Amino acid sequence: MKQRILTVTEMRQLTPDVFEMKLTGIEDASILPGQFVNLSISNLFLRRPISVCDANGNELKLVYRVVGEGTERLRQYKAQDTVDVLVELGNGYDLTRSGEQPLLIGGGVGVPPLYYLARTLIGQGKQVTAILGFNKAEECFYEEEFQKLGVKTIVTTVDGSYGQKGFVTDALPEVYSYFYACGPMPMMKALYQKTTTSGEFSLEERMGCGFGACMGCSIQTKNGPKRVCKEGPVFRKEDLLWDD
Amino acid sequence: MGRLTTELCGITLDNPIIPASGTFGYGYEFAQLYDINMLGTFSFKGTTKDPRFGNPTPRIAECAGGMLNAVGLQNPGVEKVIQEELPKLKEVFHKPVMANVSGFSVDDYVYTSRRLDQEEQVGWLEINISCPNVHGGGMSFGTDPDCAYEVIHAVREAVTKPVIAKLSPNVTDIIAIAKACEAAGADAISLINTMLGMRINLRTGKPLLANVTGGLSGPAVFPVALRMVYQTARAVNIPVVGMGGVTSAEDVLEMMMAGAAAVEVGAANLVNPYACQKIIEDLPTVMDRYGIKHLTDIIGIAGKE
Repeated sequence: MKQRILTVTEMRQLTPDVFEMKLTGIEDASILPGQFVNLSISNLFLRRPISVCDANGNELKLVYRVVGEGTERLRQYKAQDTVDVLVELGNGYDLTRSGEQPLLIGGGVGVPPLYYLARTLIGQGKQVTAILGFNKAEECFYEEEFQKLGVKTIVTTVDGSYGQKGFVTDALPEVYSYFYACGPMPMMKALYQKTTTSGEFSLEERMGCGFGACMGCSIQTKNGPKRVCKEGPVFRKEDLLWDD
Repeated sequence: MGRLTTELCGITLDNPIIPASGTFGYGYEFAQLYDINMLGTFSFKGTTKDPRFGNPTPRIAECAGGMLNAVGLQNPGVEKVIQEELPKLKEVFHKPVMANVSGFSVDDYVYTSRRLDQEEQVGWLEINISCPNVHGGGMSFGTDPDCAYEVIHAVREAVTKPVIAKLSPNVTDIIAIAKACEAAGADAISLINTMLGMRINLRTGKPLLANVTGGLSGPAVFPVALRMVYQTARAVNIPVVGMGGVTSAEDVLEMMMAGAAAVEVGAANLVNPYACQKIIEDLPTVMDRYGIKHLTDIIGIAGKE
């Protein structure tokens, strides 16, 4: 974990309630795909954990949905504003297990952390497929960004207003070597049942500190209690107690 | 003797700053950020006889000026703390540490206290009779003077190290509880633990915390904590460790002026992991501003004629 004062360089609206924020100043921090950052937002007591969409050189990219007071205030940040951010939080995805044809599955604002993962896997010469699931056309984002990386990208919408109609589980390919998933709990539990290989899930939980001190975000796993912020947020399929 | 030096139950502290139990784990997360040996000491995660997972999530909520937690004493149990956590702690922290003990019966408290009393690294036993997030134990011991007396007396008889009774603010008469602990042989009192509160999720209309209620901490509770430290310090003849919403060196001075011999810092560590380091670094400058030569000079001055 490192503390950095980052400067906002760009804000972009992706959908009615999803925003992309670019920040600069991560310096020597080494941020891994699947890790998150914890932002101090003025006048709010607790920091807000947000997954890393991309980290490249000095630049950090975050994509978040406005769901409450914290993200609403974050939306109002402008270029040149500074933010106190704790970086290098959480474990990140295990890239050594990807195999040659990894499958990335994201639902809604579960999509962003898979972008950095996709970019890294492509950089390692893997054949990456991504399924990006949304409710409807106006909520879709990042299809083009994934395609530009060279990722075979499938978009699904529940109402069929864009891409393939249905859930991400309706679009699972026949063959893949390993999977990485991030999204709402019902989606991830469905994937837990329907995926045919091993894989990893990135979880979300309300956090106090975000760096392992308060035990606010613990879950039970097959290997005992784990902190989503510290031993997670990425957990292997084999460790989760989702069989019920 | 430095300007910040103080003493707690016969043990010298380089400064009065003590990260509070439950906000500092067993120290390693923070040891990666700064040299935690600069602290007076720290109170490690509340430990019980048996391992506990604690409450379901969500365990954390926020409010203006603070937060609610309903962790529910998650800890690996005293044997694992002794076998795994304390040896790791020894590598990064070389001062006596404060062991925080919780339980669900007098026997539990005695068992856990006795086990930790035998550990060389443990300097004090802070007996948590004030956890608001567990049922059938914790706070129920700290809200009745007779129960408080019984637990503290039993622990005092069973151990050799200083016993600090950690009190709950969720009482009508803090003085009665504090005096019962003093009569039971407590070597010091620490207060306040968190204040019972709740939040409701507007979307669902249901409590935000899975446990329904949780403990409020952070700057929002500071004036309440200060008042209770003041009242307690005037009522007992043992040292008082003040805590509750302390965030700055200025807050530390207020706590000490109210009567605290040392000061615990809790929720501030969670939002700024460097909070205690900063407070310790800021203290001399802030003391200069108010003409304070030595911290011990100001203990309890608010209540003196």
